[in-house]
Order: sequence, then structure tokens, then C-alpha cells
Amino acid sequence: MPPAGCSRRSLLIGAGAAALASPAIAQKGWEPTRPVQFIVPAGTGGGADQMARVIQGIVSKHKLMRQPMVVVNKAGGAGAEGFLEAKGARGNPHMIVITLSNLFTTPMATGVPFSWQDLTPVAMLALDEFVLWVNAESPWKTAAEFVEAAKRERLKLGGTGSKQEDQIIAVAIGKATGAQLTYVPYRGGGEVAVQLVGKHVEATVNNPIEAVTHWRSGALRPLCVFDSQRLSGTEKMTETMAWSDIPTAKEAGLDVEYLMLRGIFMPAGVQPAQVAFYENLLEKVRETPDWRELMQQGAFNTTSMTGDAFRAWLTKEEARHRTLMQEAGFLA
Amino acid sequence: MEELGLLMQGFAVVMEPQNLLLMLVGIALGVLIGVLPGLGGANGIAILLPLTFAMPPVSAIIMLSCIYWGALFGGAITSILFNIPGEPWSVATTFDGYPMAQQGKAAEALTAAFTSSFVGAFVAIVMITFIAPVIAGFALRFGPPEFFAVMFLSFASFIGMSKGPALKTVCAMMLGFLLAAVGMDTVTGQLRMTFGSTEMIRGFDFLVAVIGLFGISEILCSIEDGLRFKGERAKIDAKVVLKVWATLPRHWWLALRSSLIGCWMGITPAGATPASFMSYGVARRMSKNGASFGKGRIEGVIAPETAAHAAGTSALLPMLTLGVPGSPTAAVLLGGLIMWGLQPGPMLFVEQKDFVWGLIASMYLGNVVGLIVVLVAVPWFAAILRVPFSIIAAIILVVCAIGAFTVSNAEFDITLMLLFGIIGYVLKKLDYPLAPLVLALVLGDRAEEAFRQSLLISQGSLGVFFSNWLVSGIMAMGFALLLWPAITWVLGRLPGRRIRGPATA
Repeated sequence: MPPAGCSRRSLLIGAGAAALASPAIAQKGWEPTRPVQFIVPAGTGGGADQMARVIQGIVSKHKLMRQPMVVVNKAGGAGAEGFLEAKGARGNPHMIVITLSNLFTTPMATGVPFSWQDLTPVAMLALDEFVLWVNAESPWKTAAEFVEAAKRERLKLGGTGSKQEDQIIAVAIGKATGAQLTYVPYRGGGEVAVQLVGKHVEATVNNPIEAVTHWRSGALRPLCVFDSQRLSGTEKMTETMAWSDIPTAKEAGLDVEYLMLRGIFMPAGVQPAQVAFYENLLEKVRETPDWRELMQQGAFNTTSMTGDAFRAWLTKEEARHRTLMQEAGFLA
Repeated sequence: MEELGLLMQGFAVVMEPQNLLLMLVGIALGVLIGVLPGLGGANGIAILLPLTFAMPPVSAIIMLSCIYWGALFGGAITSILFNIPGEPWSVATTFDGYPMAQQGKAAEALTAAFTSSFVGAFVAIVMITFIAPVIAGFALRFGPPEFFAVMFLSFASFIGMSKGPALKTVCAMMLGFLLAAVGMDTVTGQLRMTFGSTEMIRGFDFLVAVIGLFGISEILCSIEDGLRFKGERAKIDAKVVLKVWATLPRHWWLALRSSLIGCWMGITPAGATPASFMSYGVARRMSKNGASFGKGRIEGVIAPETAAHAAGTSALLPMLTLGVPGSPTAAVLLGGLIMWGLQPGPMLFVEQKDFVWGLIASMYLGNVVGLIVVLVAVPWFAAILRVPFSIIAAIILVVCAIGAFTVSNAEFDITLMLLFGIIGYVLKKLDYPLAPLVLALVLGDRAEEAFRQSLLISQGSLGVFFSNWLVSGIMAMGFALLLWPAITWVLGRLPGRRIRGPATA
């Protein structure tokens, strides 16, 4: 792919189109001239993949872009494959990447050479929440009771992947309270939730969307959410509880906080006008009812950021992940 | 019966003209996707998923699930005609399907494959219709030890059945395990055996290996034999379908057994690929003429196809009732459900009756439509074999390369496919069986993962594999199958007794 020359040509074509076409396009300055590759550094069917495909669906349904968007999964090596591809596509404005926490954890755990600074941050779309779940038939009604039990005997906590967000939270709980937790890694969040329903593990830290159906059917019980504030959904999900009724970890006496980034990046070396196009595009995506429905369903934290604020957040989070990973002994 | 009433409502939904049209489109696309190796059902559905975003959920799932049925049917076509499995679950179909094609019985093999696919799916759908909640509860009992036991059973049923020398089988299997271990280790989160190479991070994809080992090596062998297809030209006759159908009722027990194996593997959820291997292995073991398997027996086509389609269909059950995908394709459909604003899992059956029963009704109808579509096309498919080899070989090579590329959009995989082709050719010449290698490659990392998860749970005690009746039962069955050749050998040596032929040593 010819990076630099191509982007200049694209700019020219963009300018030409702007001169001829409607004022809406003139404002954008640049728009894609080829299909946009949307890289998902995770497998099909997972949270990041779902979000990427929803965005792709929204973009085509509401005709937000002239060129098509093509979702490509590059899941190898806990996402390293996708990130390396984006790193290698310097200056290519026809590629965007959706990231999850593996943006920080994968290079630290595997030593594969890349960091978020090898990419151009575009926008934070949302933050994904983590909830401590236990089986509804278990005796633990609060996080404190669960932690007490885990101090007396070793309990099993299931999660997605190894040395990634779920395991970081498990280790953080252990560090903060002295609870003894054996972490059991599985491939996907849905599988983890079912393992808890089947009582093969004693607890999980599933994202809301992964476990909500089992909560509503009465099989699982949420103990606390690892955020500084409660979830926003006030609609009753079960007969007695709404998302907002789940206490925060701090309220429950557990000093652990963790949120996962759902953000969009471009390769390094792209023009500001190109970044602005995608910022604008994602802004429009966020305004659609389809997106709001997804946010509500998954009880996402809908904080969004762009530009310098996003960069500052990334710098802070990277440092925090390094500390967490170091404390857990996960650094490669 | 409440289910029947709901099912009728479901049929009413499916029968709407627009839904019927989507069904036909889905089946046709699915067959095409199934024929192209590499472009599997999962990929195909993922590509088309965003198109369905604006449709009502019922129409969307009807079209996408019909792509899936189409792919299940279509996977058999290239397996039988060219020894190139179009889908992972049709690898076992090549064992007897391709020899049948070489003997000029391609149309028979295709008819048998399509019909038994239909039978397997039908059994699975009936099961989903009437006992879904019970089965869903049973699937919950499967933790890592039980899952490992099922994997163990698949391997065991295979070792016992291999035809060549046992040592060569084990060697091929170990090579498969070795290849499966490359890439990310999900238990520790470390990269293994990538030697610092970016391309190796992905590990060896099963499909790339299969396309090379079977497809490319077959072309190499054909070239060696003089640029033409082995065996007679297929005699095409529309009546062949009826003739094959007349012989099929004889195999009812085989079909039923294979369907049950398929349903079991689909729900547990191990998926269609191990189901097809296991069903083939068991069919060979149970047959009086086990030794003639692999030389073009119709049973060798019926067994894997029935099981694969039964497993593929029942894999949708844990997805709908628990939110856990039973196959990669189901995983993509699961993402689709969420996109359409539906929450898969136990509440789906309660809150979205129209959707669930519309889907189930579309399974019945989709499979009937699918069967008709592919059977009508049998003579055309078989006619492909009349095209001169020098032309078709080039086309196959191109299709294989596209397939290998599509798996993970990587050019390196095309090189890898060619390498596997050479490896496959050498192994064939040295008489090493390819099937155990493939089985270990497809199941190896999942078996390893389940094994290590079990040991994490048990704090390192192997006793976990015998900790309850379910896992002990499956393990015991596995050991019995594994040691079967030894048992028959010992029994055969007992004075005054002779057991017919150590056929499966």
C-alpha cells in the first residue's frame, strides 16, 4: 500500500469533491477514497468485534460514509497481529483499529514491540464496566462476604484470556484484601458466564453484557461494579434490581477500580484532516439510536474523549497498567 | 403440546414471501461459501452481518442461518470431487467420498452426502424443538474436565481406527499437536515457538494446513500420475439420486447413531469437526468390513456428513439458550443477535418467542429447501469432473490460494499452504496418515487448554478427570476405545478362540 503519496492524492480528490458537492462534505475537507479497513485485534463474536460490526452497520445504514467499511479480524497473539499491522501501515488513512485493554496488556505481557504511541488516537467511544458475579445459589450476598470466604479457603475465579483485564482485576482483589483466588482462563466472556452458572468456578468479573441474561434468568448475582460511580441504568432488570442498584466496589469495601477502553485509533503519520474525518464520523455514530441502544444494553460507561484529553488519559492508563502488571508479575 | 402451536406460528412467520426469498438467497450463498475452501460459514456470515442490520431480526436470522445450512451442504462438494475439504467438518468426508469419485461414483457420493446431511440436521432440529430446555441444562454440567474428556474420546476413537501402522499414526498426531502449540498460549498468555516472527504469532490455522495437506498435495499426486483424474469419468444420470435413496434405508442405524454423536458433540460444545471425525471412527469400528473403509464405502460418507450436520445444527442450541456459541459460526450469529437488539441466553425463549420459533421453523424449511437445491445441482457438480485436468487444476490452485488468504487476510498463509502441500505429498508417499495430524491440529490447543484449566481447578490433581460420573464415564469410554485393538488382540490369542481379523490395529 502506498502510504504518503496516496494520502496526498486522496487529499486532492477530497478537495475536488468538496468543490463540486454539497456543503456538508466541504466542511469535512477529507474523506476516504478507498474502502476503509476496520481492524479488530480480537476474534469474531467478542465484545470488540460486536462493537466494530455495530459501527459498520450504523455507518452503512445511515449512509455516514461514501466508501464501504470492511471489518477484518486480526486476533493472533492476543491482538498483537492486528496492532502490528496498524503499526506497519504508517500514513495509511484508510485503516482504523478498535482497541480493548490489550492495547496496554499485550505488549507488556508478550514483549511484542508496540505501544499506543505507534498509533494515532482518534476517539474513546466508551468504557466497558466490570462486575463481580457469583452464582445465585451461593451464600455470598455482598462483596465483603465473598472476600471473607476467599480468605478462609481458595476460590476459583474464571475470566477471559490470560494476563489481561480479568486476571488483572483478580490479582488486584487478592492484593487489596488478601483473598486467595485461583484464576482460570477461558476463551470468551459468554463461556465464562456459563461456567459460573454451571458452578465450575465460584466467581467471575464478566462485563455486564456478557452476563446480563443469566442475571435476569435468576442464575447469577452481581456483588459490585469496579467503577468509582454506580452504573446509570435505572430500569429494573430483575424483579428487584436495576443496574444502578449494584454497589460500587468502594461502597462494598473493596478498593479496586477497573474500566476497559473501547477506542478507535489510526496508523501513525496521518494528516490532521484525516483524523478529523473519523472523529466527526464517530460523533455521528454516537448520536444514532442504534448506538444508544447498544450502550444501554451493555450498561457501558459512555464517557468519550478525543484529542489531547484522550492522549492524557492514555498516558495515565498505560502507566497504571504497567504498575498493575508489574505488581502481578505479568511483565514479559 | 405447546411447542407444536408455537412452531406453527413460527412457520407462519417464515412463509412470508420476503422471508422465503431471503431463505433461497441464503442457501445459494451458503453453498457457494461452502464450496470455496477457507471462506467458511463463520467468515461468510461475518461479512454479510452488517447488511442485515436494517432488517427485522427474524428475517436477518433466517437469511444468515440459511447461509450456514448452505455452507454445511456445500462443504461436501469439493471434498468428494477433488479431495479438498471446503469446510473443516468435511475433512472426514474426503476419506471415502474422494475414492468413490475416483471410481466414477461421484454422483452417488454427493447424493449420499447431501441426504445424510439433511437427516442429521433433521434429527437435531426435532431435538431442539422438543427438548431444548432439558438439553441446555445438561450442557451446564460441562466444565473443563468434562470438555477434556470429550476431546480425549475423539482422539481415542481415532487412534484405534487408523489403518496404517500404529506408530505412524501416533507420529502424525504428535506433529499435529506440535503445530497446534505454535502461537498464543491462552493459559499463560505467552507466545510459544514463534521464534520472534510476526507471521508465526497467529499460529498455524487449521484451514490453511488442510487446504495444503489435502488439496495441494492431491494436485501434486495427480500431476505425478500424468495430468488427469484417476478413475473413470462420472456417468451422470438424474436417476442416480433415486437409486441411492433406495439403498439408504439400509443404513438407518448408522445414520441414527451418527446423528446422536453429532447432537452430543454440538451441544457439549465441541463442534461439527470433531463430531464428523468421531462418527467416522465409530462407523469404521462398528462395521463388519472396517478394513475396506477409506476405499470408497458409502457408509464412510454417510457417517461424517450426518454427524457434522447434526452437530452444526445443535450447536445453535447452547447459543440460543445459554449465550455460548457451539461453533465459530454460532459465535458470529451470537454477535448478530446482540446487534439486532436481542440478548441471547435463557431469557430469549421467554421474551422473544416469535424470533426463536421463527428461527426453528426456518431450520426445518431451510434444510428442505437446501436439500432440493443441492440435489438438483448434483449432475452439474459431478460434471465438473469432465473438465480436463490441466484446466481444472489451475482453477483449484487459485481457489485454494484465495481460501488460504481469506482465513486471516494474510499473504504469508498462501506460502504456508504451499509448504503444507509439499509436506502432505511427502507424508502420503511415505504412507503416513494425514487424518490424525489434522485432528490433532484442530483439537490440539483446545484439548491442552481444557487439560490445564482442569488442573488449575483441581490444584494439580489428576483425580479431577474421575471426580463425577459424567467425566469418569466419558474417560472410561475413551480408554476402552483406545485399548480396543489391544483387547481384541489378547482375546484373539486366547486358546480356542479366534476373532476375525485384527482389522483395526
